[in-house]
Amino acid sequence: ERGHGPYQPHEPGYGLYQPGYSPYDDQIPNPDSRMLAIQNAKAYLLKSSTTSGLNLYDHLANVLTKILDEQPTNAVDIIENISKDVKWAQFRKKMDTLRDEYEILPRFEAAEKRKALFLKANGEEDEELEEDIGETPLPNVMETAFYFEQAGIGLSKDESYHIFLALKKLISVQPIQTCRFWGKILGLEMNYIIAEVQYHEGEEEEETEEEEVTEEGGKGGGEVEDEEEEKEKEDEPPKSTYKPPPVIPKEENGTGANKYVYFVCNEPGKPWVKLPPVTPAQIVCARKIKKFFTGRLDAPVVSFPPFPGNEANYLRAQIARISAGTQISPIGFYQFAEEEGDEEEEVEGGRDTYEENPDFQPLSVAEMVDSPSTWVHHVQSILKQGRCVWLNPFQKSEEEEENEEEEKAEEPDVLQQELQQEIGPPLLTPLSEDEGIQNIPAWTAQLSTNLIPQYAVAVLQSNRWPGAFAFASGRKFDNIYFGWGHKYSPENHAPALPPPVQAEYPSGPEITETRDPTLEEELAFKAAREEALAAAEEEEEEDEEGIEDDEEEDDD
Amino acid sequence: MEASWLPAALELAAGGGAGLSPEKRAVLGSSLLLLQRDYRFERVWFWGCIQGVRGAYYIAEGLGPDRAAPRSRLYSLNCVEWNLLPPVTEEMVTQAEHLKGRFQGDPSFEYEYTEINAEDAERLFEDGKEPMIKEEARLVATIEQIDRAVGIIPRGAFVKTPLGSVHENRNFEGLSLTEAKKLSSYFHFTEPVNLKNKTLLEKADLDPSTDFLDSLEHDIPQGSWTVQLEKGGTVVVLRSLLWLGLTFYHVPMTKQYGYVYFGTGEKNLDLPFML
Repeated sequence: ERGHGPYQPHEPGYGLYQPGYSPYDDQIPNPDSRMLAIQNAKAYLLKSSTTSGLNLYDHLANVLTKILDEQPTNAVDIIENISKDVKWAQFRKKMDTLRDEYEILPRFEAAEKRKALFLKANGEEDEELEEDIGETPLPNVMETAFYFEQAGIGLSKDESYHIFLALKKLISVQPIQTCRFWGKILGLEMNYIIAEVQYHEGEEEEETEEEEVTEEGGKGGGEVEDEEEEKEKEDEPPKSTYKPPPVIPKEENGTGANKYVYFVCNEPGKPWVKLPPVTPAQIVCARKIKKFFTGRLDAPVVSFPPFPGNEANYLRAQIARISAGTQISPIGFYQFAEEEGDEEEEVEGGRDTYEENPDFQPLSVAEMVDSPSTWVHHVQSILKQGRCVWLNPFQKSEEEEENEEEEKAEEPDVLQQELQQEIGPPLLTPLSEDEGIQNIPAWTAQLSTNLIPQYAVAVLQSNRWPGAFAFASGRKFDNIYFGWGHKYSPENHAPALPPPVQAEYPSGPEITETRDPTLEEELAFKAAREEALAAAEEEEEEDEEGIEDDEEEDDD
Repeated sequence: MEASWLPAALELAAGGGAGLSPEKRAVLGSSLLLLQRDYRFERVWFWGCIQGVRGAYYIAEGLGPDRAAPRSRLYSLNCVEWNLLPPVTEEMVTQAEHLKGRFQGDPSFEYEYTEINAEDAERLFEDGKEPMIKEEARLVATIEQIDRAVGIIPRGAFVKTPLGSVHENRNFEGLSLTEAKKLSSYFHFTEPVNLKNKTLLEKADLDPSTDFLDSLEHDIPQGSWTVQLEKGGTVVVLRSLLWLGLTFYHVPMTKQYGYVYFGTGEKNLDLPFML
């Protein structure tokens, strides 16, 4: 074994003893071997690692260079992290070009689209000079955003401006009479920005053609099925007695729930997509389900009860419900148009048109906040049926059934009598009629600021549809929605249970099971039968053998 | 979010439509600074706002030298004067879980216990107290629940020193874009629950200084976070679906990140039906 001597650099214990204090000082090696020791030390430091290919000498040089360049405070506390970062930087360089090519593309594309919003088309400059700027259907989104911002509601200014320009683009493409930024609905993968639009009269696109085609296709299918059934007269399963409830037709474009047309886009810069009109069945189903939006309009809505449509229809139905429940205006801003035919309209279910009141006197902001009766709904509420104007679905069905070949003689007379006209609150009802949920009022009213009441804005938040806001200040008011698109309910959502299983067949005595007869009953029955047969034997001698055979079989 | 980043952060987190009015923004700049001075916090975070029926609570959190220690929470009704909330206890949390419905907006409002176990009722009656909870206690419990469930930070933003305390990582330069879109790059900033359940192989890959928290990958139910790129792909925004209103933003390759809550303070228990 070697004794403890002057430690060489590669030995443990080297460096523990300070020069001058080591017990072996009198044995210090001569300067030549000190140079040798230094060279050995440096050679050791320059040795490359077998796993990473780096060597300690270069690494320490890099670390010290980095520290001296950047001069961080308290460098000694973060020295390990700096060392790790230097090592990480070694690998970054090689992968840099690859990652850059891959990553940047989608971001740059999005930026291109947003920039395109800001470019003016060539022909636009001349047109703008001709048009009277005061009559443009473009809403002043920034002004509305300013008022909502006073209450702490709204998107960032950048996004609002992009939406402004996107709306301008929409107006230049479609023949639009009025346009409004309705709001933003959040989704899982992407969000929706929604614009509420009214076309010029007579310029609506013809969508009714598509629906008629699908109806005829359905009828054609029904006729084919009838023929097949007539062919298979043997072993026919009993026909189903199920009659689906009559389909309630949707309201015409321009009236009721379909008064406005809605366009959506995922981000400002992307093309606007028109949402289809809403049908009552969709509204009724949308009331029963609660699903997040994914952000893709063609995504299926998987739910129970099954939603008749895809996400575009569900979105449209929710927009209709939110509009009907939360679009409000200060009282007096809108008034009913005074026409001679007022009485007729009332009979049908209430007035559905209004116009701006030229003599509107705005109330003070404090009054708007204090009492909910200073606000009114200016969108018709949706009845339970799913429409704004009630329609009896059985009037039409009688005509249809007369034309069909099959005789469905059993008319659902009972159902007809049970359907009563549904009445909802008439247009322009004040908010004080809104029911709250449990002990929470339907609306929360606040002033935007308590410090400067002269310029405060009255802000209302809906508690039934969280995310719906309205503001009023002088003659200006507006509504907006920012949220996930669902109604508030303090109780947890309980999905509808599947309906009970239908009875397959009416149970009667011929198919109900009865208890098997006991032995005594069988013997008694057999005895009684033999007596009857003995009486019959005398009358008919031909059947004797047949009956006896039967009796033998029965004994088995 | 950090109080000093408030103006820029509100712009980035405003995708959900909720934010602060200019008046509140202006006053928060100074009142949060004064909070830091009065309570000797090292960092002050603006946590967010819980909307009650009649008023709103604005919440701030103060952090001491160890960022992972229990934080002091303060609330204010107008962003000018702040009141310290009592520290949270497990009992408060369990009591508050029974409560449903909106916050009222009045801190001294007392809720009546409508649904309680027979055992709890007996226990409470023995103490001589009636089963009432103050809204303050519910507020504390809700904030704690939200922080525990959905308070998140990007991976690498905080480091654990060998002594056990947690600091901001001054070398954190931000997540890259590909990393930022993955749920595994974000951690819950609370006591880890799942960490010890990982297999030894997984643990070997972890870096004990930065990977000492649970990541979002294994959150139940799956899909309770939405990850989106906003503002033309420059900001990554995570929104929680379990506590609707919690928004986390991060600008990739920069140090900017933070989370803020603007909502009603109610847990979304319908989440499994809605996905």
